[in-house]
Formats: sequence, structure tokens, C-alpha cells
Amino acid sequence: MAGHSTYQPQNAIAKWLERRLPIISMMHGQAVAFPTPRNLNYFWTFGAIAMFMLITMILTGIVLVMHYTPHTSLAFNSVEHIMRDVNYGWLIRNLHQNGASLFFIAVYMHILRGLYFGSYKEPREVLWILGVLIFLLMMATAFMGYVLPWGQMSFWGATVITNLFSAFPIVGDPVVSWLWGGFSVDNPTLNRFFALHYLLPFMILGVVVLHIWALHVSGNGNPTGVEVKSEQDTLPFHPYYTIKDLFAVAVFFIFFLIFVFYMPMFFNHPDNNIEANPLVTPAHIVPEWYFLPFYAILRAVPDKLGGVLAMFGAIAVMFILPWLDTSKIRSMTYRPIAKVFFWLFVVACVALGYLGAAPAEGLYVVFSRIFMAIYFGYFVFLFVIGLVEKPKPLPNSITESVLS
Amino acid sequence: MATTNSAEPTRRDFLYIATAATGAVGAGFAAWPFIHQMNPDASALALSTTEVDISAIQPGQIVTVKFRGKAMFVRRRTKGEIDAARKDDTAALPDPAKDADRVKPGKDEWLIVSGVCTHLGCTPVGTAGGRGDFDGWFCPCHGSHYDTSGRIRKGPAPLNLPVPEYQFTSDTVVLITDLKNA
Ligand code: HEM
Ligand code: FES
Repeated sequence: MAGHSTYQPQNAIAKWLERRLPIISMMHGQAVAFPTPRNLNYFWTFGAIAMFMLITMILTGIVLVMHYTPHTSLAFNSVEHIMRDVNYGWLIRNLHQNGASLFFIAVYMHILRGLYFGSYKEPREVLWILGVLIFLLMMATAFMGYVLPWGQMSFWGATVITNLFSAFPIVGDPVVSWLWGGFSVDNPTLNRFFALHYLLPFMILGVVVLHIWALHVSGNGNPTGVEVKSEQDTLPFHPYYTIKDLFAVAVFFIFFLIFVFYMPMFFNHPDNNIEANPLVTPAHIVPEWYFLPFYAILRAVPDKLGGVLAMFGAIAVMFILPWLDTSKIRSMTYRPIAKVFFWLFVVACVALGYLGAAPAEGLYVVFSRIFMAIYFGYFVFLFVIGLVEKPKPLPNSITESVLS
Repeated sequence: MATTNSAEPTRRDFLYIATAATGAVGAGFAAWPFIHQMNPDASALALSTTEVDISAIQPGQIVTVKFRGKAMFVRRRTKGEIDAARKDDTAALPDPAKDADRVKPGKDEWLIVSGVCTHLGCTPVGTAGGRGDFDGWFCPCHGSHYDTSGRIRKGPAPLNLPVPEYQFTSDTVVLITDLKNA
């Protein structure tokens, strides 16, 4: 790991520190000299973009907490207070609120990159699993954050999602009232969600460190899926990829800030600007857009427990994906048949996202079922096709593919 | 020591196991307060009962009251609604129940049921025109239809809207005391 470093401490202080805590040479090896495949395309920048989004969320979140009050009778007004009275409060909140959506966009692109280029395959299984874990923690964090402003969608979203656990036999109901700390979503629920919403991003940060550690053991994958064979195939991380990543981050932040400044309520549901009312359910409860595909799967199954299991299964299947895909070829570029199904899978995800926001009736449900079948079918398909598919010829090396 | 390689458990093995077992039990006891603190606390458990004045409720009207932080429906049913519920006693019901068992004897008019959808806990809609295919309640969250007895008829909810424990303390006052099965 640290072996990549060519760093030699120059001055006396650096030499002194090097013998006690070799952190400078470690950082040099990991973030400067680190050999990185020379052919990474822009899909490889979403990791850095996600990292910047996580930092943005933590910084804006800490500032919000300085003005926010986690109590059912005060929460809604304290968020209005942030929007109207606190100096630049509107900016901080718009960054945090839209930041969550943009963070998910970045992470979804990052995951799709992994699916297309086979980043989950040997030797990167642990790296992939840590990624799925981060995704789960992010979903929990965003779900609890959405409850904090205590609007109608906050309240009813929390009610519906926590009630999912009641589907489990015997333990279901006790678990739900344990989550609530009462007989409905109420002040104890808001308080604990607040505590956990503060904690989880830092746990995410911890898992991100492990994620990058695992990355630096196996090294980056690349669009050909052919592993690095010689030094010729690589470039030092700095300046080549620091600049490329920063450029992508800058472009992404322009996109992000367009929402923050010009359409701050684009991702928000108008009902969440109404304070929570436990006696009136809004006509259409829609979760945040990033949960919609999973929500559509939940509603596609006519049985309560079945729906819940299908929904969790849609995420759980990602954990075992490295062993479901039987093909040794990483990149879809060289898998003509699997590639078609990959895009079908992407279409299914988008379609499920659309259906998750539609009313749960008639044709919408029929289509939800069809696309759900495609979603899960993709994983079965990967297992089968890997055994019979004839891939296109792979380049001999990264360098060869770049120069040809 | 190094030569001892018998299958016979030694005194040391016993000590290891006993220590580990004590440690595990201790950890379990220590964890419990941290888990149990999240359960409903004394103030939540000491919830009062709810008294409802029903004198102003018109036939066909549904009133929503708050019981333990959640909605509770008090519905004064019309003759037609009662008949429809009785007729469907023999229909194919996902959660079979007789309408007569869901009201107090001689009080067929008054249906009191929890306003918490048995699917995922939304409050079903009971406003005129939005009562669903069976004229009872419609849950907009995932499309569950309840009938005029509060029984689930269509959609993802598995169970009927539960009937709470209540009594008529007078002709015009109902006292709701508990919600065992919800
Ligand atoms: C993984 C990173 C994070 C995600 C995905 C996230 C997500 C969210 C979301 C979706 C909301 C609701 C926004 C709204 O509708 O107004 C929210 C609100 C909030 N978050 Fe976060 N958050 C993250 C990190 C943090 C951190 C680190 C803190 C504090 C240290 C924090 C503090 C708050 C507060 C106080 C609110 C309520 C104010 C408001 O609604 O604007 N968040 N968060
Ligand atoms: S909560 Fe009523 S149908 Fe899902």
C-alpha cells in the first residue's frame, strides 16, 4: 500500500514526524503517487463527486443543527425560521435539502458505473459490499432527515416506512412501537431520528474510509475490465486524476447550484410545506424520488409481507451480486448480450421510479409487476448468461486499448 | 504444560467457558437498558381514554377523533349502509367478520373503528365521494378499500380496521378505553 510512495521528507520537521507518524508519506502514496489506470472515463469521477457531496451534507447539516429544534411543536417553525430569519439560512437549508437529491444522483451514477463495468467482480467484492452498505446507510440517513422538518410528507412518510416492520409476524408490532417510542410517530420518534440523523453521516464517513482502503488494495478497475499489467498502463493519481475529478466536481456543482438558486423546491413535495397533522393523510403519499423504484416494488406485490420482502430483497440482492454474475469478463463493452439486458435493467429502474409516484391502481400496478420482474430477472439472467455467452475479444492490455 | 494434549477438558477450559458465559450474560444485561429506553415511556403508557360526544353526528357522517395520537373513526351509519354491511357478511372477505360483531348490540347505527390503515398506517379517507368501491373508506396511500363495516375488501391491507374497546356511558357519550388488537 504505502509502497507506491516516492516521498522523501525534506525538512527537519517532516523527518521528525515521519519517524513518529508517517502520515505524509502515507497520504503521498495513497493520493499523489498512487498508480491509476490511464484510461478512466468520466464515469469514474462520481466517487469523488459523492465524497464532495458527503462533505457538503455534513457541513450544512452541522450549521442547520445550530438553528433547528427537534420537537414536534417547534420543529416546523424552526425550519421556517431558518428559511426566513437566520442569516443565509435559506442558502444553507437549500444546499442541504437539494444536496441530498444530488448526492443520490451521484451515488446512483456511481453504482450504475459499477454494474456496467463489472466493478463488483473479483477481486473487488468487499469494496462493492462496503459500497452497498454505504447506500443503505444513506437511505436511512435521508429517510430520517426528511422527517425532521415535520411537514405532512415527513410525518406520513415516517408512518408508512416504520410500519413496514409490522409486516413481520410476531415481532412486527413490538418492533414498530419500539421504533416509535409510543403508539404513533410522535415526539419521541422525532427526537431519536434527529440523534440518528446526526450520527449516521459520520458512520458513512467511516465506511467510506474502509471503501477507499479496499479500493487501494485492489486498485481501480477501468473501462476495459483488463487489469493493470505494467506501469505503462497507469498514471500517478496526482495531477492527472486530481484535476480530472475536480473538474467533474465543478461541473456537477454548477448543476447542483442551479437547483439551489433557481429551483430550490424542485425535489420537494409541496405538502411538506404544511405542518404535520396526524389525523389527515395527504391524498398522495410519495417518498423522495430516490426511494421511488423501491417503493414501486413494495406496492407491486399484493401481499403486505411479500411486498416488504421484495423491497428489501431488491437491495439485498446487490450484496450477493458478485457471486450471481458468473461471467469472468468485467466490462459490458465485451458482453454483447449481457449489455442489452443491462440497459433493459436501467430502463426498468427508471420506469419503476415513475410508477412509484403514480397511484397504486389499474395499469400502473400491472406495469410495476412487469418491471419488477425485469429488475429481479436481470440478476438471474447474469447467472445464466455468464455460463453460455461468447464475449468479444479483449485487448491485451490497457495501453493497447488506448493506443489502438 | 506444552505436552498436555488430552481430550479431557481441563480446569482451565472450564474457567474460559465460565468467564465467557458470564461476560456474555453481563453484556446482555448491560445492553437491555439501551434497547428498552426506546420503548414507549411511562408518559406514553399513561395515556388517557377518550370521550366522544356523539349527539351532533348526523346519519351518514363520519367524525374523526384522536385516540393515543392516532385517528379513530366514529360513523353514524344509514339504514342502507348497515344493510350493505350485513348483506356482505357472506361475501368472500379477506378477514372474515360479521357486521353484528363489530358494533354494540342494539347500536347498529354506530360503527367505531380505528382510523389506522392495517397496511402501513395511513388514515383512510371517509369524505363523501371518496369512500372507495365499497362506500366505507378508501386509503389513498396504496389503494385499500374498506366497506361500511370497516372490513378490508380490496387492496394490500391484510386486516379489517380494528374495533377498539369502548362503551356507551350515556346515549350521547362514548368512552373509548383501549385498542388491544391494533
Ligand atoms: C449523508 C448525509 C446526509 C443526508 C443524505 C441528509 C439528508 C437530509 C434530508 C433529506 C433532510 C430534509 C430536508 C428538508 O426537506 O428540509 C435533512 C434535514 C436535516 N438534516 Fe440532514 N442529511 C445528511 C447529513 C446531515 C448531518 C451530518 C447533519 C448534522 C450534523 C444534518 C442535519 C439536518 C437537520 C438539522 C435537518 C432539518 C432541517 C431541514 O429540514 O432543513 N444532516 N437531511
Ligand atoms: S397504508 Fe393504507 S393502503 Fe397502504
